[in-house]
Amino acid sequence: MIDDKGLRSDGRRPDELRSIKLQVGVLHNANGSAYIEQGKNKIIAGVYGPREIHPKHLIISDRAAIRCRYRMAPFSTDERKHPAPSRREIEISKVIREALEPSVLSEYYPRTVIDIFIEALQCDGGTRCASIVAASLALADAGIPLKELVSSCSVGKVKGHVIVDLYDLEDKYGEADLPIALMPNHNLVTLIQMDGKLSKEEFDKAFNMALEACRKIRNLQNDALKRKYKLESDTEKPKDSKEEVK
Amino acid sequence: MTILAQKKQLVIPGELVAQGEYDPDLNVYKDGENIYSTMIGLFEYRGSRISVVPLKHCYFPFVDDIIIGKITDVGMSGWSVDINSPYSAMLPVTEFGARQNYPRRRETTQSLRVGDLVKAKIIAFDRSRDPLLSARDRELGKITRGRMIKITPSKIPRLIGKEGSMINMLKKESACSLSVGQNGIVLVTCNSPKNEEVVVELIKMIEHEAHTQGLTDRVSEVINRKLRGVKTGKA
Repeated sequence: MIDDKGLRSDGRRPDELRSIKLQVGVLHNANGSAYIEQGKNKIIAGVYGPREIHPKHLIISDRAAIRCRYRMAPFSTDERKHPAPSRREIEISKVIREALEPSVLSEYYPRTVIDIFIEALQCDGGTRCASIVAASLALADAGIPLKELVSSCSVGKVKGHVIVDLYDLEDKYGEADLPIALMPNHNLVTLIQMDGKLSKEEFDKAFNMALEACRKIRNLQNDALKRKYKLESDTEKPKDSKEEVK
Repeated sequence: MTILAQKKQLVIPGELVAQGEYDPDLNVYKDGENIYSTMIGLFEYRGSRISVVPLKHCYFPFVDDIIIGKITDVGMSGWSVDINSPYSAMLPVTEFGARQNYPRRRETTQSLRVGDLVKAKIIAFDRSRDPLLSARDRELGKITRGRMIKITPSKIPRLIGKEGSMINMLKKESACSLSVGQNGIVLVTCNSPKNEEVVVELIKMIEHEAHTQGLTDRVSEVINRKLRGVKTGKA
C-alpha cells in the first residue's frame, strides 16, 4: 500500500488530499444545495427549510429541528447496493446530523425543521466526511444562519504510515480510519470516530494532520461559496452594459 | 477596534468581520472580541453597529408587517394562510371584513376560498404560536386582480427605497398600482399589459442589483427608455 518512495497506491504523498471540486447551488427545487467531487467520490447535498414540520410531534419549541438523510445510490459502489436504507446509512445520517448541528443557529427558527438530504452517487471511501463538507455548504446556500462552515476529513494508518484522506482501498486494507469534522474558528471537533487501532503518538500525529487537512478544505469551501455569489452579483453588470449599447 | 471588511463586501458564514467594542446587529454574532457573519450577505456598519444584509433568506414574521398571503385552508372560525415563511398564519373571521359578530361557516367559505390571495397585517406573533393576521384595514383584504411576483424578502427595503423613493417612482412612471408585502411578495396591477411587463422586469432587476450603487438612476433610465417610449407611441 505504500511504496519505497513513501507514495501511496494511488500515487499520493501521505499528507496529500485527493483533488476536490466543489460547486454550490446545483439543485433548482432545494433552498440550498452543493455538489462535491473528492477523488472518485461524487455527492450531492440538498437543504430544504426552515419549513413547517410534519409530523407535528417532532416540534422542538425553542429551536429548529434538523433532519438528515444520507443515502447511497444503488449504482454508487462496485457491487450493487440494495436500495433499502442500510444500518450503515442510518448511522452515517445520524453522525452527519450531529456534526452539523453545533454550527446551525437553530434557535432563530423555533418550531420549524431543516431537512438535509445527501445522495452519494459514487463512493470511494471517506463519503461521510465529503458529505459533511457538501451539506455544510448547502446549509449556507439555503440562507440558514450558521456559526461557521463545518469542514471534515479522514485520517488513518496504512502499513504503519499515518496518512490523510483515505480512499476505499486504504480504508479496507489499512489498520485504522479516523474521520474528523471540525469548526476551525471555534476549534471545535464535531465528529470523531475511530475504526482500528492507533497508538497514542500515532493518534496525536493523525489528529494534527486531520486538523491541517480540514483547514485546507475550509479554504476550498470558502472559495466555492464566494465564487457562486460573486458570479451572481457580477453577472448583471455586463448584461446591463450590453443593454446600454443597444 | 478594527473593521475587517468593507461596506457592501461579500461575506460568508463564519467570516471575521470586526474586532473590538462593536454592537452586533442583524446576522452577525459576537464571540469574545470577535464579530463573525452568520450568513452569505453584504457587510454593513453604521456607527458601532455591525450587520450583514443577507443575499438569500426566508421571511421571519414581525408584528405590524403588511404581507401578501395565500389561503391554504378554510376552517370554522377562520383561514390558514401561507405567508411565504416557515410559519403558516391564521386569519380569524373576526379580523376579515367589517362584520363584528361571529359569522357562520357558510360565510367563511364564501368570502375567501383556498387559493385566494389576501393582503393582511400581522397583529401578533410570539415565536411560540403561529402568527395572527388581520385584514380589517382599508387597504387590506382580498386581492382580486394583478400579478404576483416573489422576490427575496431581504431585498424589499431596496425596492421601497429611501422614504419610498423607488416604489413611488415606479408607481408614478408606470401608472400601475404596486403593493409590497414584507414577506417578499409584490403585487402589480396595471391597466396596460405592456407597462406591467416593464414593471415586472424592473422589480427583477432591482432584486438582482439591490446592492449596487446608482441603482435608482439606472432604473429611471430604463423607465425613460421603455415606458416613455410606450407613452409617446400611444399619443
